[in-house]
Amino acid sequence: MRWGVVIFPGSNCDQDCVHALRSVLAQDVLEVWHEDRSLDGIDAVALPGGFAYGDYLRAGAIAATAPVMSAVRDFAAAGKPVLGICNGFQILAEARLLPGTLVRNRSLRFRCKPVWVRVESAATPFTSAIPVGTVLRMPIAHAEGGYLASADDVAALEARGGVVFRYCDPMGRVTPEGNPNGSVAGIAGVANAAGNVVGLMPHPERASETLLGSTDGRRIFESAIAWGVSGR
Amino acid sequence: MPAFRIVIMLKPGVLDAAGQAVQRGLHALGYGVDGVRVGKVIEFEADGVTRDAVGDMCARFLANPLIETWRIEETTPTGTAPAGTVPVGTGGAA
Repeated sequence: MRWGVVIFPGSNCDQDCVHALRSVLAQDVLEVWHEDRSLDGIDAVALPGGFAYGDYLRAGAIAATAPVMSAVRDFAAAGKPVLGICNGFQILAEARLLPGTLVRNRSLRFRCKPVWVRVESAATPFTSAIPVGTVLRMPIAHAEGGYLASADDVAALEARGGVVFRYCDPMGRVTPEGNPNGSVAGIAGVANAAGNVVGLMPHPERASETLLGSTDGRRIFESAIAWGVSGR
Repeated sequence: MPAFRIVIMLKPGVLDAAGQAVQRGLHALGYGVDGVRVGKVIEFEADGVTRDAVGDMCARFLANPLIETWRIEETTPTGTAPAGTVPVGTGGAA
């Protein structure tokens, strides 16, 4: 499977993604520059973490206007898998490819620590091989990760199974203590209506090797690989 | 050339981290202020751009309608002080 990892000025987790996919998971990886206008030949796209364009205006706002995002929009409309990690999630939200937005952490602090999330939907390429209810341990590293949408939009999101990951405790219980940033309903990751575009604040690429303390993040990439191989 | 100033504020209820930090700073200096909110100001000059177009810019890009409100002002272009503007002191200039 050939992955495209999009690099914006200010991305800083792009090489972590490339490493996890290429070295750990033996995938073919193309690095895609933000000025590129084509994703031809690519099977899945990852938007990595960082501070694209310095996060000026709002996190992800300028990146959402980058030339490559027109190609990402077409790619997503064609039903192909798109994963936004941390800043990549913020970019997809600003591009309105995902509902809602990410606001300042309730604590007002940058949070960098391992968290637990519960898989809430297997109806996405990135969770297709993970049973609902599975608890994954992955790190977060963000100041603006509080998921926010209107009450009506959150209700609609829940009703259609658009919540993909929810912060929880190690036992999988959704508790206030397990929510690191004040996200509404403990939402850590969401999908678009078609399910092929997913964004999450935790970093699966930083949880892809035993040396890093967790391999749970690999399951997200492995799901997409299995999904791609099955030819859906 | 027509010029615009856009004032963007977080909606009430959205956590304003900068506002809270500034308020704490003011309290530390002994000023008893409340309800400090910090927003953004964006100014530009533009020929042939309507106020409606500026509204579109705000809704599509300059602000996030989910969490922010905005106010559009038509201003005197840069370089000519609007009537009633008094130059302020230069204390602190490098």
